[in-house]
Amino acid sequence: MSAIGARLPRKEDPRLLRGRGRFGDDISAPGQLWARVVRSPSAHGQVRALDVTQAAKAPGICAVVTAADLPPGLAIPVRLKAGDIDLSAYLQPILAGPTVRYVGEPLAVVVGDDPYACEDAAELVEIDIAEAPAVTDARAADGTVAAELVASYGDIDTAFGTACHVAEIELAIGRHTGVPLEPRCLLAVPGPDPGSLEIYGMTKVPVWNRDLLASMLGVDETLIRVHGVDAGGGFGVRGEFYPEDFLIPWLAIRLARPVKWAEDRAEHLVAVNHSRQQYHRIRAAFDAAGRILGLADDIVQDNGAYCRTHGVAVPDLTVAMLPGPYRIPAYRGRVRVVLTNKTPCGTYRAPGRFEGTAAREHLLDVAADRLGLDRVALRERNLLTSAEMPHQRPITTLRTDVILDTGDYPALLAAAAREAERLGYRALAAQRGAGFLRGFGLAMFVEKSGLGPQETADVTVSKSGAVHVLSGGTSLGQGIQTVLAQIAADALGTDPGVIDVTTGDTAAQPFGAGSWASRSTVVGGSAVHQAATAVRQRAVQLAARMLEAAEEDLEVSGGSVGVRGDPGARVTLADIARAAEPASRYLRPGEPAGLSARRRFETAHMTYPYGAHAAVVEVDPGTGQVRVLRYLVAYEVGRAVNPMLVEGQLRGGVAQGLGGSLFEEFSYDEAGQPQAITFIEYRIPTAAEVPPVDVLLSQDFPAPGNPLGVMGAGEGGISAVGAAVANAVRDALGLAGGVGQLPLTPARVRRLAEQAQAQQAQHATKEPA
Amino acid sequence: MKDTHAIALHVNGRHHELVVEARRTLADMLRHDLGYTGTHLGCEHGICGACTVIMDGSPVRACLVFGVQADGASVRTVEGLTEGPAGPLSDLQQAFSDHHALQCGFCTPGFLMLAEAYLAEEAYRAEAEDGHPLSEERARELVASNLCRCTGYQGIIDALVATARARQAGQEPADDR
Repeated sequence: MSAIGARLPRKEDPRLLRGRGRFGDDISAPGQLWARVVRSPSAHGQVRALDVTQAAKAPGICAVVTAADLPPGLAIPVRLKAGDIDLSAYLQPILAGPTVRYVGEPLAVVVGDDPYACEDAAELVEIDIAEAPAVTDARAADGTVAAELVASYGDIDTAFGTACHVAEIELAIGRHTGVPLEPRCLLAVPGPDPGSLEIYGMTKVPVWNRDLLASMLGVDETLIRVHGVDAGGGFGVRGEFYPEDFLIPWLAIRLARPVKWAEDRAEHLVAVNHSRQQYHRIRAAFDAAGRILGLADDIVQDNGAYCRTHGVAVPDLTVAMLPGPYRIPAYRGRVRVVLTNKTPCGTYRAPGRFEGTAAREHLLDVAADRLGLDRVALRERNLLTSAEMPHQRPITTLRTDVILDTGDYPALLAAAAREAERLGYRALAAQRGAGFLRGFGLAMFVEKSGLGPQETADVTVSKSGAVHVLSGGTSLGQGIQTVLAQIAADALGTDPGVIDVTTGDTAAQPFGAGSWASRSTVVGGSAVHQAATAVRQRAVQLAARMLEAAEEDLEVSGGSVGVRGDPGARVTLADIARAAEPASRYLRPGEPAGLSARRRFETAHMTYPYGAHAAVVEVDPGTGQVRVLRYLVAYEVGRAVNPMLVEGQLRGGVAQGLGGSLFEEFSYDEAGQPQAITFIEYRIPTAAEVPPVDVLLSQDFPAPGNPLGVMGAGEGGISAVGAAVANAVRDALGLAGGVGQLPLTPARVRRLAEQAQAQQAQHATKEPA
Repeated sequence: MKDTHAIALHVNGRHHELVVEARRTLADMLRHDLGYTGTHLGCEHGICGACTVIMDGSPVRACLVFGVQADGASVRTVEGLTEGPAGPLSDLQQAFSDHHALQCGFCTPGFLMLAEAYLAEEAYRAEAEDGHPLSEERARELVASNLCRCTGYQGIIDALVATARARQAGQEPADDR
């Protein structure tokens, strides 16, 4: 039986359950110093004075550095290129120079023996800022437009000019982000050679970060080794190159001592990439039968104070993915990326898709009601069919062509609707009672996964028979070690239990591209599959020599290779690994020693999973509280390597999506002071807010572009939550228009309930008595 | 001058004597002075519960307790759930794995200690003996004490209910995956 498809327990679990995981702050080095970052208390202004004299004299402090101490001209470049837009004027410096642009911007670093002493000394840094007005609303005229992106095709003017019906809504998506439970952490340990460093805590894209750090420090990149560590959740925000990723290693070299920095939660909430905040004005043109003629969205993205490593990836993905699963003859998506005096933005799980799916799917519900069509029927009428696949749109994203590769969207929508019916969602939503309203919401979406261009893997069998996989993916809590072990076991015909997987180590896998964009199972897994397949072929070749048999007479199973039909003629992978040692008589001249292979999987295109979400909500119009009673995710994943983990990804994504739809919001006052700086104001959903999530996992359409047929599963749980919740709340309240804004906090829902009542009263007076 | 105090405590049955600054949190003391790094810090302001340990039988947030307050106390951390580092997983730990109750595992020690303390509480044990083992509703309420960002909580609730029921029935939790 193949290890692929099995609900195997995770390899990561035992160490994590014992408290023996190795997270960044669990690792310490002898003689280690601690760093504390001093951050701007003002949203915008000129730094008149930054006096570190008292801080430097404080007990236990050995260094205080400011921008004046840094090598000149450093700024963090864009990692993820989209289009050819020049963002060099908007990049974030390592430490702020004469100007601060958001509360939380790093100004100085205090280094000392003890983290408590560092925190005390940081308070002694005297900061004098001449405050300037803060831009806090990206729609206002005073914000800098850093970039404008347009994705379009077809004749949009004719589409709207000839339409029978046009529907339009505005929807604001709230500012929120990943907020992993482990704050960021870095430990940099200088080695004996000048410039050499061991680094713990860089996750996600360690090779890229290592290379950038090496270039900034002016050292050879192989002097720096980033070690793999456990990470307490990534969600897109952890592991990008932030100012601290230069500062801590640079300080370790400068002070010739190990330096550790462990972020606290208050600074995490103002320092880590924010995301999501966009204002959509979206409209669709329909013919008399409800067929979409055109779709147009005009978007403003509040990008915060700088363009960070993601550049314009989020707006790029927003406009590229906005048409979703529908047949849209004419399309125009425009987004203006506006800089404000807030924490800069990056990607958060399903970047651009959470936002765009919410806008499009909410619009379709409003449109269906206007057209007098059933909301599911309107979608059915406009979904691309399996006969139209693959479907190429004349647009690109992240420098790849958008080619929806496979699937049957109408079948999945029908399956989701059936499942919701079977589980009693409609009946539950139809119940109304004293003081509460209920509603049902549904949304369709297309995800993307498996971004290239490449991933590399090494598979080696050691003399004990253990199999070592060295992957360029990184562990962020998603279970990558389990999944890659299953893939390797399948290819090698061995037990996943004998396979260990190393991730995130730049010495072990110097060509790794990291874990993000739902790419690791697809791209990283395919590389492991190819390397393990090559090892299997090599094992068969060597076994043939050892057993003096023809390769075609051999079979591989249970970690050994034997002659078919002859139980006595069999060698284990351990035997073969020993036979591949240098000077072995089984090696031919010129053949490399060892039972090992390195392979690279390359792909120019992404693979596009898809799905539907359905929610039943209960709204208390008096308090404005929304409770989600039931939630369903139907998702096509091509092939699930471990269905338990796929379901876990989907369920976890829903929980995060509910946060961004109902609770989580980085609000700012007019002076640009952040109002959500603890977990009291920034409300992550607890078990009391997250209902059981039903999952309908489909494996009907294997991805054509990779040898495993897999699609990514990391983001499909969150993509359509904003849409489904907005649609369900709108349904509950009986609104004619849209909900206008996410998250649907109690205050906003109360206003909507009042608005709905007024609409309904007005409607009633117009009716003849 | 640092305000330091000499204290003594038991952690997972082991005696420790050390000198700590008055303001040092129990969490920092456990992690950085005594090496029990399984106790994690997720917020340092008492909301997330990742640092939950059992102090003299009660679950406490180790970020809200000073180390000196543990003078003379008996503290149990996640490392104390198994018999030594190589011992088999406890029934609760095994149930977490069986029910996919963890992903990144950062919050997990806090949930384990919270659940372990609750299942050992006299009030709960009396209820259970009266034939009212942990309901899903009560488990959800308990699990709502802490934050998890990965799982959506259902696996944690299921693991907790399965463990409670198995303990009630005097057997290992059934693997009902």
